Amino acid sequence: MKSNIGIIISREFSERVSKKSFLITTILMPILMLGLMVAPALLMQFSSPSQSTIAVIDESGIVTPRLASDSAAMEFLTVRPTTAPIDSVIASEDYDGVLFIGSDIVDNPSNAALYMHEASSMEMELAVNSAIEDAVRDARLRAYNIENLPQILDEVDVSVNVSTLRINDDGDRESVSSMLSMMIGLFMTFVLYMFLLIYGQMVMTSIIEEKSNRVLELVVSSVKPVQLMMGKIIGVGLVAVVQVTIWAVLLCLMSAFLLPAVMPADVAAQVSMASAGSLDMATVDDAEMVQSLAMLTSVWFILKLMGFMLLFLIGGFLFYASMFAALGSAVDNIQDASQLTSFVTIPIILAIICSVSVGNDPNGALAFWTSMIPFTSPMVMLARIPFDIASWQIWLSLGILYVSFVFMAWFSGKIYRVGIFMYGKKPTIKDLYHWARYK
Amino acid sequence: MDLIKVNNITKRFTGHTALDNVSLTIPEGKIYGLLGPNGAGKTTLIRIINHITAPDEGEVWFGDHRLTADDVNQMGYLPEERGLYKKMRVGEQAIFFARLKGMSRHDAQMQLKQWFERFGISDWWGRKVEELSKGMAQKVQFIVTVLHRPRLLIFDEPFSGFDPINAELLKQEILRLRDEGATVIFSTHNMESVEALCENITLINRSHNILSGNVHDIRTCMGKDHYKLSFQGVPAALLSALGDRVTDHKVSDAVVTENGPQFDAEFTLAPDVQLRDFIATDNGAVDLVSFERALPSMNEIFIRTVEQANAADGAKAGADTATPTI
Repeated sequence: MKSNIGIIISREFSERVSKKSFLITTILMPILMLGLMVAPALLMQFSSPSQSTIAVIDESGIVTPRLASDSAAMEFLTVRPTTAPIDSVIASEDYDGVLFIGSDIVDNPSNAALYMHEASSMEMELAVNSAIEDAVRDARLRAYNIENLPQILDEVDVSVNVSTLRINDDGDRESVSSMLSMMIGLFMTFVLYMFLLIYGQMVMTSIIEEKSNRVLELVVSSVKPVQLMMGKIIGVGLVAVVQVTIWAVLLCLMSAFLLPAVMPADVAAQVSMASAGSLDMATVDDAEMVQSLAMLTSVWFILKLMGFMLLFLIGGFLFYASMFAALGSAVDNIQDASQLTSFVTIPIILAIICSVSVGNDPNGALAFWTSMIPFTSPMVMLARIPFDIASWQIWLSLGILYVSFVFMAWFSGKIYRVGIFMYGKKPTIKDLYHWARYK
Repeated sequence: MDLIKVNNITKRFTGHTALDNVSLTIPEGKIYGLLGPNGAGKTTLIRIINHITAPDEGEVWFGDHRLTADDVNQMGYLPEERGLYKKMRVGEQAIFFARLKGMSRHDAQMQLKQWFERFGISDWWGRKVEELSKGMAQKVQFIVTVLHRPRLLIFDEPFSGFDPINAELLKQEILRLRDEGATVIFSTHNMESVEALCENITLINRSHNILSGNVHDIRTCMGKDHYKLSFQGVPAALLSALGDRVTDHKVSDAVVTENGPQFDAEFTLAPDVQLRDFIATDNGAVDLVSFERALPSMNEIFIRTVEQANAADGAKAGADTATPTI
């Protein structure tokens, strides 16, 4: 009887892994994900921003030169200065819009208006706004009659690139990019979310199937119901772990070999300097990119992320699959299950929402507490880990998660062993609670 | 020796009691019938013996010790609702269930090959269960049930879904397993098969054990005042001579034999009437050809016992509800 849980696990595992669909999803998913990430970037690359032709009635005469010389504005705008009366220009079909600048714009900066025939883009509005702001500021500065003003302005103008270095536990400095941390965090959170839902529901449907085709009665005549439940959860969980491990290995290989191989030599040099913390960021054009690459090519960083991801995936899966198992045991068919599953899927979705907000404040109170509560912790914690938070928090969160799993499995087991013999009536949450209290 | 002893078992669910203080003893090496109307509590009892659920009160003994989880390896259970994993191949699936009962993969494979040959289904080994017909899947499930040579076999309506030829094959297999020493619990609504197979029975009705014992003893006992006779003569004369010595009678139409017209009749004796007096009266009125005790069929016994029990329950319930009005 003792070794039976092993037999159950091996059946659940081999039945799933030997399916063609497993192989296909394992290979296709990374390609699909890569495509999803790359496609928008490619689209951006190939589609040029739409150009609008606007007429400018500049009564002050100071904005038009600014606008015409502004490289950002030129991407969206073709400027046509005019002195025609505003009503006739608006009525004209030659222009997409009209920008009106009042003669007293320097004293009254609000005396400007943009009339558009169609919706204007936000980028265009920003460009127009900043052109007006610059023109007004220059005009006001000039009013002070300061000598050598252009030189002074040139000298004052600086471009700042703060290089973010994080001091790790060993006292070493690592180059990090917050932007990339957030993206990696969200990516892992999203993968976990998919796994919890897909594999959790897999446990549920497989229990419902056993129940509805009545093979269950035969199995429980050899295996304790709770062993059967745990065997199923662990078996399906192993499938998930194998899949994630394959992906993690692919990612590590990419980080260790593929990325350095395709990087241009000068970037590679900068990246290795950044990794060592000895790069002067002021000398780099795109500090954000170099830092990102430095993170991505740090195999240890990727390994650490994958390691924690696996631990949270296992814990989160065990915790959520126990709930899915209890629900599956209670109903006869998938249709009846849909209503009950919302009790499980809502916390998962809530966790995703919390994870998104974590990027803004990875050490805030919301981030901390939601990464401790087991219902949301696997996903929120994964969103926080790339920010290199204190490791005691990670281990505490893991501890709580695994302890909660044991409790949840015990509770679900109580429901399961009653639920699997209940046919007919669709149970309510109240019924489940009653079943859990049977002796 | 007794293989299973069920002592004063009670099992309650919310709203109703499935088994109320039920006791029974199942002797080793015999076929034991577990009878009762639908919903009487048979399946609950089987699940308790199978160690699937635990009773609220009472205990179950398996041989010389209290029933433990390990004992299920010595049991084989064919549930009334049949089912196998549809997507799994027949051979792999049979090995899976055999391993759950503690057999090694190698042993299971060897034994299975033999069974598959005996049942003439060797070419099903690599097929998925969903490709089999219902009857075919049931054969596989029967083999799965008996493969590990259990000491105790529990069959819940084993013949349902089988054609007469396969039902006979199954019956012979069950008898063969019994002859090899297995104890069989046989739950069914088919009373003819109970008469043909079972040594002992228990009849459960509304969560109570209302009748337990040896099938032959029960039939003899139930047929105590019940006689069957053939005679030549005038039926009316016999009936008037018997008068109120019998409470129930049944006389057939005349059957022509080489000795002339003959009648078959069944009588139930009134209480206090001596058998000797009854025979003397018969002899005086007509010429008796044969005279024997009429054994009631298990079917009759089932219906009569359950109806009596229900009537008693009803009377009790009626008395209970009537009390407050007094």
